[in-house]
Amino acid sequence: MRRAGPLPWLKPGVFVGALVPLAAILFRAWRGELGANPIAQALNQLGLIALVFLVAALACTPLKTSFGWTWPIRLRRMLGLFGFSYALLHVSTYAALDQVLDWHAIWEDVTRRKFILVGFTAFVLLVPLAATSTRGALKRLGYARWKRLHRLAYVAPALGVMHFTWRVKKDMTEPAAYALVLGGLLLLRAGVYLRSRPSAPLQPE
Amino acid sequence: MGRLANDPPASEITPEGLYMRRREFMRNAALFTATSTGVGSTLLWLMRGGRAEPKPSERAGGSDASEQQLAIARRGRYTADELLTPYRDVTSYNNFYEFGTDKSDPANHSRSLRPRPWTVTIGGEVHRPQVIDIDQLLGWFPLEERVYRLRCVEAWSMVIPWVGFPLGDLLERVEPTSRAKYVAFTTLLDAEQLPEQRRHVLDWPYVEALRIDEAMHPLAILAVGLYGKVLPNQNGAPLRLVVPWKYGFKGIKSIVKIHLTEEQPPTTWNLAAPHEYGFYANVNPAVDHPRWSQATERRIGEFRRRPTLPFNGYAEQVAELYAGMDLRRFF
Repeated sequence: MRRAGPLPWLKPGVFVGALVPLAAILFRAWRGELGANPIAQALNQLGLIALVFLVAALACTPLKTSFGWTWPIRLRRMLGLFGFSYALLHVSTYAALDQVLDWHAIWEDVTRRKFILVGFTAFVLLVPLAATSTRGALKRLGYARWKRLHRLAYVAPALGVMHFTWRVKKDMTEPAAYALVLGGLLLLRAGVYLRSRPSAPLQPE
Repeated sequence: MGRLANDPPASEITPEGLYMRRREFMRNAALFTATSTGVGSTLLWLMRGGRAEPKPSERAGGSDASEQQLAIARRGRYTADELLTPYRDVTSYNNFYEFGTDKSDPANHSRSLRPRPWTVTIGGEVHRPQVIDIDQLLGWFPLEERVYRLRCVEAWSMVIPWVGFPLGDLLERVEPTSRAKYVAFTTLLDAEQLPEQRRHVLDWPYVEALRIDEAMHPLAILAVGLYGKVLPNQNGAPLRLVVPWKYGFKGIKSIVKIHLTEEQPPTTWNLAAPHEYGFYANVNPAVDHPRWSQATERRIGEFRRRPTLPFNGYAEQVAELYAGMDLRRFF
């Protein structure tokens, strides 16, 4: 019998947990418990969960470098793909339910509203990442190119936070919390990057 | 020694390896359950904006005072044949930032507001300034039901049967002076009753204002109820402004002060974001909010968005108030 790797419960556990928000939204929609404006409610919640996953995916490497934990790395791809999936559901809800596939209105929104343009860009950036998330794609691209492409994983959630901030009418507490976590993660990465760079040779004065 | 009769035969004893695997399986199953529950509930908590689920006991409305019926003398419908938004939606989905910024916060957290006893101070440029008890005020005017559209600046809308009286009737009674050009309104300032006033989301107290001719217009009313019942706390008990041709945020809630002035008074959302919210805030599909379109709206309860009408469909009655004004500039 094939012996399972270490922590065999980890990935399935996170996978099932990650489906809970979707299940909750569908269940509440079916029971009519999404409130008076169910489309807006589902739209906001799907977008928020997408952002949570994208930020969580970025936390994996810092957790390894800071604490030496390796298990988060094994979740990274799955977290990123969940981020993409929830973003896809968010965008589909907007296009199909909120705008009822009124392409003219959608085009106007994307081109004229800063916050929608930024959110849409974040989503578009996630598409090549999701498409090249397989081992095969990594091999085909070569590690260096794959890694360069996947730096977009930093850009997308940053745009996501911007999209969230511009959407909110006044109370910035929640977007600010995400901006803070994301900013912290980016700083950690920048620190590691700067330390790993060979320093310039000292010049005699 | 012989085998005891109750001992299981050797063939039924679980091999050691399998026994250990079973324990491992149980352990993994427990850890799997804990992980999925932990991840799932964390996500649900984040989905609620990082807040606890409101306790049913904290929810306002639907109980004591708000069930009280009001005696209605006259009925007027200003919505053609549009369906009324259900009472449940009107009282569970709205903005009242003094209770929180989520649209379910007012219904969930407005028990702390005490709408009785309540006094309203009327002063400024009037000949008969006074401090009146809300019940006395209610006795001054016959109550009317007015079915109005309400268009929120966030591009959703409702149709609400308000109960109240024309603001103009009250103003006439206190006799504005010739210098009275504007009417300013102030919400209660009391963090005990309006807990989110402890957080500086907006400049408290909430203030709003109308030009005197807008205030005297027969469509502008002070509401004390909806659906024939006393106004629930979350909708601005005991007294709120309703100006159906303007965005919802002009409809200031839980009013304690009405002050007539010569100069244009400050208004809360205009102070908070002057390029996004003007003094007039007339519903206008041609002038977008800087961040979103105002061309369409979602009527609560409907699936498809519907076009937004100039002055929220009341252009025939109110457009003349703004004759000659550039509504792009005075948004």
